[in-house]
Amino acid sequence: MIVRVEAAKCDGYGTCAAHFPELFQLDEWGYAYIEGDGAVAPGDEDRARRAILDCPVHAIGELAA
Amino acid sequence: MTQAGRPWAVGTVGAAPRLLGERPSERESLAAYEAAGGYATGRLSGRALIDRVETIGLRGRGGAAFPAGVKLRSVADRPGPRYTVANGEEGEPASIKDRWLLRMRPHLVLDGLLLATHAVDAAGAIVYLSDAEAEASVARALDELRIPSSVVRIVRVAPGYVAGEESAAVRAIDGGPAKPTDKPPRPFEAGVGGASTLVSNVETLANVPSIAAGAGAGTMLATLSGAVAAPGLYELPLGLALEEALDAAGGLTGPPRGFLMGGFFAGVLAPRALALPLDPDALRAEGSGLGCGAVVALGDNCPVAAAAAVMAYFARENAQQCGPCIRGTAAMAGVLDRLARGEADEAGLERLRGWSVSLRGRGACGTLDGAANLAGSLLREFGPLVDEHRTMPCTRCAEQLDDDPGGGTRYALEY
Repeated sequence: MIVRVEAAKCDGYGTCAAHFPELFQLDEWGYAYIEGDGAVAPGDEDRARRAILDCPVHAIGELAA
Repeated sequence: MTQAGRPWAVGTVGAAPRLLGERPSERESLAAYEAAGGYATGRLSGRALIDRVETIGLRGRGGAAFPAGVKLRSVADRPGPRYTVANGEEGEPASIKDRWLLRMRPHLVLDGLLLATHAVDAAGAIVYLSDAEAEASVARALDELRIPSSVVRIVRVAPGYVAGEESAAVRAIDGGPAKPTDKPPRPFEAGVGGASTLVSNVETLANVPSIAAGAGAGTMLATLSGAVAAPGLYELPLGLALEEALDAAGGLTGPPRGFLMGGFFAGVLAPRALALPLDPDALRAEGSGLGCGAVVALGDNCPVAAAAAVMAYFARENAQQCGPCIRGTAAMAGVLDRLARGEADEAGLERLRGWSVSLRGRGACGTLDGAANLAGSLLREFGPLVDEHRTMPCTRCAEQLDDDPGGGTRYALEY
């Protein structure tokens, strides 16, 4: 599973970082970003899905493999 | 205070003009273009043409220098329907080449577009632009060719720095705002109407007819402006040293303090740039870029004020979509403005240095990367000058900033 933050959509709610802080970082203005390629370890996929589903502006996407 | 001054000079270095044509002072008619071998039958076409474009190594001239053959093949290999777009929305304020091509050599661009359209077996083509005179010229050329708008249509948008970005072009053609989208998907995956789409800069397309005819594509168009004797549009051999290119434009009008590279996109370079070749890879290796081939010689303008002005331009002209870009360009513009006024502190400069690295890749399009390039290159190329500005106000900077309250308009060309 590979996820990404869509920069044009992120409004800085921070929900993703609350669910999965090791994957989603917030910059000094609160906008989310991912360090690295966004690859999610198999055991972490549920947390990543929760981040995707809970983002109020649907800014987290899953990239097709 | 925009650099006024039509007509701009037009000139060539070395070989016979291939992109500017034999008579660059007038719009080329269909008859003149055909007489010079344009639209000829029996040239390379289809997959053979794509192969040749790849072998020759043609690179995109819109700014990213992406291999044109790879782009053609990526679209040709996708399931149909497919579309092609000639992108003439020249967002870079210091560049005039794309508008010049559309206004003066519309048939060269259309010939390239039709060859590309055939090569990828597209269902239709679009000429995407913002310039009214270019639109009239292309419309007239399509009339002369009796090509209906169901085959090639023109889409005109309001000009804007981000409007020429490939995903912005697709969005505007589909009826949306001319603003970029997050990638993927790129247009070759999902473009016009969701179909695979080749978005190609008009200068890139203008190279295709000579490649189809078996010739090379070893020249580029460069817009040279600022402190040069004859600012304007020049056709140069790829890889020519900047100093020789500037000689073609009558040479510098005084000792250079630096250069804006790639239009506004590739930041600033110190006078060492004179020895560097106008080649995308060589300039990238130096932390700069060829971009759309526009270079502004800063003359006696202070590079710090120039960077402050261009950053203010980014802060104003970005798409207002991505948080890091809206906030980041504003924050960087703030530090540079204070630096130019002798009011920056070490903490501010450290933050600027950090942003020039951390904000890279954080926007949907390249605008924020351009802003990061600008900040990073100023700090790297002009370290001692930046230090001087921190400890004492620069009178030249103050004059420039008061003269250019819009930010960046001093370096924008009226054409």
